[in-house]
Amino acid sequence: MYKLAFFMTVLSCNTFDASKKSLMRICALVLRQLFILRRSWPRIVELMYWPTIQMIMWGLVTSFLAETTVWMAQAGGILIAGVLLWDVVFRGQIGLSLAFLEEMWSRNLGHLFSSPMRPWELIISLMIISLIKTSIGIGGAVIFASVLYSFNIFELGLPLIGFFFCLICMGWAIGLIIAGLLMRFGLGAENLAWLVIFAFAPLSCVYYPVSILPDWLEPIASLIPASYVFEGMRAILLDDIFHHNLLWQALLLDLVYLIVGVIIFLLMFRSARVRGLIHQMGE
Amino acid sequence: MNQPILIAQNLTKKFKSITAVDSVSFEIYPNTIVALLGGNGAGKTTTMAMLLGLVTPSKGHIEILGQDFESNRFKTLNHMNFSSPYLDLPHRLSVEENLLIYALLYAIKKPKKKLTKLAHDLGIEKYLKTPVGKLSSGQRTRVALAKALINNPSILLLDEPTASLDPETADWIRQYLKKWRKENNSTILLASHNMSEVERLADKVIMLKQGRVIAIDSPKGLIETYGQENLEEVFLAIAKQKHLAKT
Repeated sequence: MYKLAFFMTVLSCNTFDASKKSLMRICALVLRQLFILRRSWPRIVELMYWPTIQMIMWGLVTSFLAETTVWMAQAGGILIAGVLLWDVVFRGQIGLSLAFLEEMWSRNLGHLFSSPMRPWELIISLMIISLIKTSIGIGGAVIFASVLYSFNIFELGLPLIGFFFCLICMGWAIGLIIAGLLMRFGLGAENLAWLVIFAFAPLSCVYYPVSILPDWLEPIASLIPASYVFEGMRAILLDDIFHHNLLWQALLLDLVYLIVGVIIFLLMFRSARVRGLIHQMGE
Repeated sequence: MNQPILIAQNLTKKFKSITAVDSVSFEIYPNTIVALLGGNGAGKTTTMAMLLGLVTPSKGHIEILGQDFESNRFKTLNHMNFSSPYLDLPHRLSVEENLLIYALLYAIKKPKKKLTKLAHDLGIEKYLKTPVGKLSSGQRTRVALAKALINNPSILLLDEPTASLDPETADWIRQYLKKWRKENNSTILLASHNMSEVERLADKVIMLKQGRVIAIDSPKGLIETYGQENLEEVFLAIAKQKHLAKT
């Protein structure tokens, strides 16, 4: 941890320009979250806890179904892969929202926003923190999946990188909207951080194909990036085919989601300034 | 003649039907200590929040360091800092971690060196490894001050800097601020409802009541003008006058 701080010190000794200062501020915000993480081992355990429990449970379901259905015997990894990849969306969103909530809980937002920190620097730092936390959480579950069920998620090959990127971007976009709402409506909106993402789960078609949905729901599912990712994942695991177009469609939708997320975050920040909410936030 | 370092013109903030700050105008010159004085709800904190960009004014204009504040907010905030008892530093982080993070946020050159010097000056060296949440309120005030001085601000804003401190610690803080201001040629704007503190520290007093400026002068000037013994009596006399005028 201090090596990172030392790196920042060395960096700060060199010539200054705007981008270096921005980089320093982003690193400062990430460093703050890493300091918190380092000081609390239960937080690290918590990051891995749910992904691992879910993976174990769905692994057992898979084992049971594999004995009773031919289809599941042929594609045993689908449920476990679904669990692991869906957790990328969830961890991506919750990691970002919780990092923002940490600043609210510690009544620190007033200090941050009265410093030269730009809102976009905060957004980038929240994304980095979310990426770190997601990697820790999913990493544990991936290891367990390999040891307990001999399921290797990396068998998805290179497309896995694209899937991961698409899913975490969706998590970030939703996380940014929630962070914006938290800024505007205060800690009363805290539960949104835990609940909103689950509204996307049925329409993301994590464990079943989009064609299973009622006709009227299919167009709605087609607006969710994750639905393309999970279709793509199933195509690789069942038919050994990688559909590029599904990944591109997901990426395009993610771009729209991220733009909307950033705009809502910035609008809520502006609204919070107008309403005088920022320096009053806290428990 | 010196140019003002901070100009507030017709600063107004309305929250729905409540006018928290009402057409407040003042100028602050370099190397001075200026106090915003007023009772609870006078508009001191809201005025400060507007000067820091935390609250958008409903009306009015702020110029800091010769530039329009709203359009140069982030650039200007590099030269400002602030401390308030209403905001905390993260409790779980140690003093050193907190100060390091703020040193990086303000892009301080050689942050470790700066941090060590500040810790020495403010007598918080032995608490550097202690989580902020485990400090007494006096120690926490010193740490908050260290955070506020980390970038050697040209303009330091302090909201009730000695609130909830024992007299000895409060006096130490006041002496330190006076010394720091002299050594750094900086400007301090402090909000307080502690009249004796303002009398001892400030070169100029901006008296606020119900969001309006009711008097601007030096503490001595105000005492002479109103023929009172001290600032507290001046404040009460003005409040009474206004009250009588209303009735």
